[in-house]
Amino acid sequence: MSSERKLMSGNEAVALGTKHAGCALGVGYPGTPSTEILENYAKLEDCKAQWAPNEKVALEVGIGVAFAGTRTIITMKHVGLNVAADPLFTVAYTGVTGGMVLAVADDPGMASSQNEQDSRNYARAAGVPLLEPADSQEAYDMTKLAFEISERWGQPVILRLSTRVCHSKTIVIPSESKPVPQADYVRDISGRVMIPAYARPAHKRMRAKLAEIEEWNNAEGPNPIIGNSTKLGIIANGVTALHAQEAAPDAKVMKLGMVYPLPMKAILEFIDSVDDCIIIEESDPFIQTEVQAAGGKVRPRLERYRYGELDVIRVKRIIDGDDSEEAAPPRGKPPQLCDGCPHRASFKLLKNIGCTITGDIGCYTLGVLPPFETMDTCICMGGSIGIGLGMRHVLPEEQARKVVSVIGDGTFMHSGLTGVADMICNRPKYGHVIVILDNGTTAMTGLQEHPGTGKTLDHQPAEKTVSIEATCEAMGVDKVVVLDPSREMERFEQAVRDALASDDLTVIIARRPCILAVARDAKIKRGEKVR
Amino acid sequence: MNKVTNVKFAGLGGQGILTCTDILGRVVFDMGNDVKKAEVHGMSQRGGSITSDLRFGDKVLSPMISAGQADFLVVMGEDLVEANQYFLKDGGMLVKPSDFEVDQLTNKRTLNVALLGALSKHMPFSVEQWMDAVRAQLPERLHEVNEAAFMLGRGE
Ligand code: SF4
Repeated sequence: MSSERKLMSGNEAVALGTKHAGCALGVGYPGTPSTEILENYAKLEDCKAQWAPNEKVALEVGIGVAFAGTRTIITMKHVGLNVAADPLFTVAYTGVTGGMVLAVADDPGMASSQNEQDSRNYARAAGVPLLEPADSQEAYDMTKLAFEISERWGQPVILRLSTRVCHSKTIVIPSESKPVPQADYVRDISGRVMIPAYARPAHKRMRAKLAEIEEWNNAEGPNPIIGNSTKLGIIANGVTALHAQEAAPDAKVMKLGMVYPLPMKAILEFIDSVDDCIIIEESDPFIQTEVQAAGGKVRPRLERYRYGELDVIRVKRIIDGDDSEEAAPPRGKPPQLCDGCPHRASFKLLKNIGCTITGDIGCYTLGVLPPFETMDTCICMGGSIGIGLGMRHVLPEEQARKVVSVIGDGTFMHSGLTGVADMICNRPKYGHVIVILDNGTTAMTGLQEHPGTGKTLDHQPAEKTVSIEATCEAMGVDKVVVLDPSREMERFEQAVRDALASDDLTVIIARRPCILAVARDAKIKRGEKVR
Repeated sequence: MNKVTNVKFAGLGGQGILTCTDILGRVVFDMGNDVKKAEVHGMSQRGGSITSDLRFGDKVLSPMISAGQADFLVVMGEDLVEANQYFLKDGGMLVKPSDFEVDQLTNKRTLNVALLGALSKHMPFSVEQWMDAVRAQLPERLHEVNEAAFMLGRGE
């Protein structure tokens, strides 16, 4: 058996679990820390995976797969779940025929994200069961369990991961593997077309299934109780349960694997079995709120531990009831645009001209840091265009004429296109300027492809490439300029100045490949392995 | 008693600290230990500060090394000592480039493996075990230069 023992990251374990669960298609959008799930899955034998332009489309593709009666995994990071939320709430009503698992990776402490939202709130809001592994073995096991639950009750299931689980390597012993179920379409119009008349009963069906799943979770859910102290009891989920076991070896720990719907009966029994009970969870007081609402007597929560990641020392502090100020760790060196990054020239120029920049999500977000410090806003994927338009609409002329939306090529494909459509239709008085920093890849998350690079997930040529310039022209942009930001600086400067001075809708595409992508592609050409 | 060893690596994105954590992870994994390795990457790949944790023993629970808990702290540069010293436990060992003849490295990119050589002097694993792990984790064309770096770090 020991030959089967492997050291795997949580992401690799989810990928292997997905294969062993018999999945027909993996689909997702790259986002740290979830990205490597699909990349690893695609490398496994007979496993098919593809990137979607954004998380909403990824989930829609996944819904199609599951409606066709076979299994699918959809991967994204927490903020991506916001983008996919629209179909999520309704597929929870329709349910699915084949197994459907959404692997969603949260980022407590924001190692590389714009917020630290807690995806468990989506599980409750949408009514989708949620499992939460603590390490790679559980990531592997719970992926398979999630598919089983999904198929047994015909409901999508969220597998909530966190940076620590995704990017930690721990030992995994894999178990047996299932074949991929054959897709086969069976029409079910009233079950899948959510007009109000059909959606009303669907909502009731969903709640009834959730009640059944809660019963199952009480009786046989993945919620082991470790230790037998009668003094201190700790209820914890995911990796925090491991911190808790280490911080308080003598405590009795209830380790929750299925966090929605909570096994409330089992939890209340656990609370009754100890003198003092404390809930330890990262991010929002999700379990805390539910347990207190159900009348569970637990210690009040200390708000300060809602922020950032937990570790053993912080969990010890929680157990000790220590609400004193925590020592701030020394500041490290912040990340920077690579030397030779094509974005450097673009930011230098925009800074010199003195633009107001509504920015977006990608490597170029680093343009906010010294020495550039040229980014006025950064909210969400694609937000640069809408926010720039809003400012252009209401600012006095002199200020309005300075506003430039800056977005990358990958982000443009993800959710910049609809912003351009809005710009055409609801045209601001002094026009608008979008600068697309086109480096030919999704650099920030590790050089993934997108429809504009013309390559598929495995970096092989796609049938066709979506042309950014042709798309902008076809949509009705007045002027589209394509240039090389490093080689054509004067032309770049002139183009920006002209655009700002005119009342046109202008798109300037600053095109030069990411230097890391160039190096990666050279490796692929030489036939070397890329990570 | 269950003894867990905590090794913390600190460097800047792109310096290869994830690789050297993987190499040590390989050594202890091959010996049958429970192992947990935690890292934070993402934005930090663009030259920012980055740390990586390796814990091993009979049974490892949390994957993270908290402040004051590292038995070993391996830093990729002297200027990283100050920012990371707080991870080290009382009596813990600091491993840094000035522990060996760093300017004799033929290839600066092998500094990470040279540091493993310096670390290896304080750990109960044979050179052969380390070398097997180096070879398992790196592509073949880099074996020779990294083996030399390891031995330089080890002072042999
Ligand atoms: S990875 Fe590419 S796009 Fe990102 S900073 Fe480096 S060169 Fe620029």
